[in-house]
Amino acid sequence: MDSWLLAPHQYELLADGAWITIQILVYAFILGVLLSLAVGVARLSDRQWVRGLAFGYVEIARGISSIILLFIIAIAVPILFDVNQASLVVLGSVALGLNMGGYGAEIVRGSIQAIPRGQTEASIALNLSPTQRLRHVVLPQAMRIILPPMGNLTIEILKGTALVSLIGLTDIMAATRTIRNQRLVDASGADVTVVFVNALVIYFVLAQIINGLFRLAEWRLEKRYQGGEAEVEAATREPIPGLTK
Amino acid sequence: MSTPQTLTAGRSAQEVPYRPHRAWYRRLDVLVPIALIALGYLFLIVAVEERSFFRTRLTAKGGENFDWMYFWHLVPLMWQGLQVLAKATVLGFTLAAVLGFLLALGRRSARRAIRWPFAAFIEFIRSTPLLVQLFFAQAFVRASDTVSLSPINILVLVLGVHYATYCSEGYRAGINSVPPGQWEAATALNLGPVTTWTRVIIPQAVPNVLPALGNYLVAAFKDAPLGYIVAVPELLFFANTVRGNDFRPTEPYILAGIGFLLVSIPAAWAVRRLERKIAYERT
Repeated sequence: MDSWLLAPHQYELLADGAWITIQILVYAFILGVLLSLAVGVARLSDRQWVRGLAFGYVEIARGISSIILLFIIAIAVPILFDVNQASLVVLGSVALGLNMGGYGAEIVRGSIQAIPRGQTEASIALNLSPTQRLRHVVLPQAMRIILPPMGNLTIEILKGTALVSLIGLTDIMAATRTIRNQRLVDASGADVTVVFVNALVIYFVLAQIINGLFRLAEWRLEKRYQGGEAEVEAATREPIPGLTK
Repeated sequence: MSTPQTLTAGRSAQEVPYRPHRAWYRRLDVLVPIALIALGYLFLIVAVEERSFFRTRLTAKGGENFDWMYFWHLVPLMWQGLQVLAKATVLGFTLAAVLGFLLALGRRSARRAIRWPFAAFIEFIRSTPLLVQLFFAQAFVRASDTVSLSPINILVLVLGVHYATYCSEGYRAGINSVPPGQWEAATALNLGPVTTWTRVIIPQAVPNVLPALGNYLVAAFKDAPLGYIVAVPELLFFANTVRGNDFRPTEPYILAGIGFLLVSIPAAWAVRRLERKIAYERT
């Protein structure tokens, strides 16, 4: 069993790498979710040019390989537009977030379309504005359909973060390669596969944590639809202005 | 299948001529795509060879961020890389489609001792990055004395195993979507397991799975550029080589992105068409 573990200082390297990976994952996730909501709604817009723009973005973001997009954003774009290269963490997150937005937009669009038309018609009958309709009627219901595929997508992005080691960030993958090289130099373990197994297990654990978080979110959302008493009470305790009883 | 009566209902008989159900090899709309795919496959396997040098014959103007002359002259080199990329993807996915079916069978096994290791393997491969698996395979091949693989074979193998786990989930969903009555009918007719699978279950399960497999093929194509870390001379390898030789990053990377989109967007479109066609024929 001992042969499957690394030295303590090597685990410190891996922990630093994991921190970078988590940072990039969080930034990319925030950008990706914002983009998927915005573009997913824009794909169902009444205006044709908005729809067309959103469609173009989705096709390109889903069509291009994330690794090629990463190289374009991190290396080609700063030179092309003569801007100073921002921090690599930001550029890497932007590339992964753009990629995630394309897939997420399709999830959001599909879920909104899966909501029964009666809901939209009812909210029009109740004189809700389009924004209110989206915010209070359609999206809360679509959320139940959005969450499971969004969890899978987030795990895809976690796996995508391994790519940032190729543009020079020291994430888990880069730490793994450093450790492997160290071990090759001092010949402390000719068996380099151990290092990779450790890295794979870290990714596996991170993926399971994301899985658990999404399960938790789904569970909490599901509870709201089962008529729990707490939230209903809080909502009806104070009279809602404008609502006649 | 719909009967001729329902087909022509509401429309004139001239518009929709009566066509009895034909075998797949007598249908042009099935035969032509299959022939094209087979030709492309042969071309990729026989005609494409991996040459690992990308030598430019022009130098870009120093003062400009983007030189069009230089950009156009890179196109043939990009084409060379794109072909190798397509070859690796196609070979890897062939492996994935076959291995995935075996994995799906293993995961559906009635014995727990078989089912659990298969499920654990599939989950583990699915939730770890392809990049790490590639490095792992490369390190493994370098360390071992008995196994020696060329870079493209490492990529094909790793891509194949990675996507086999995805395909197995697709196959599993397809097999589960065959109504239980079909299994019961096969039992009632006293069909053996081989006949049940080949004549009853697979013909119904596989058409449902095809669109999912197509999507995985496109996804595999998107992951294949990673092969450059094991020195497969493909698209990204081309861009990196040119960047290293000429110190011009913008043109090769943007060209690589465009070349990539030129393949992947039509492929995604074709898969969507297939999806609609199968959904139409099923109903």
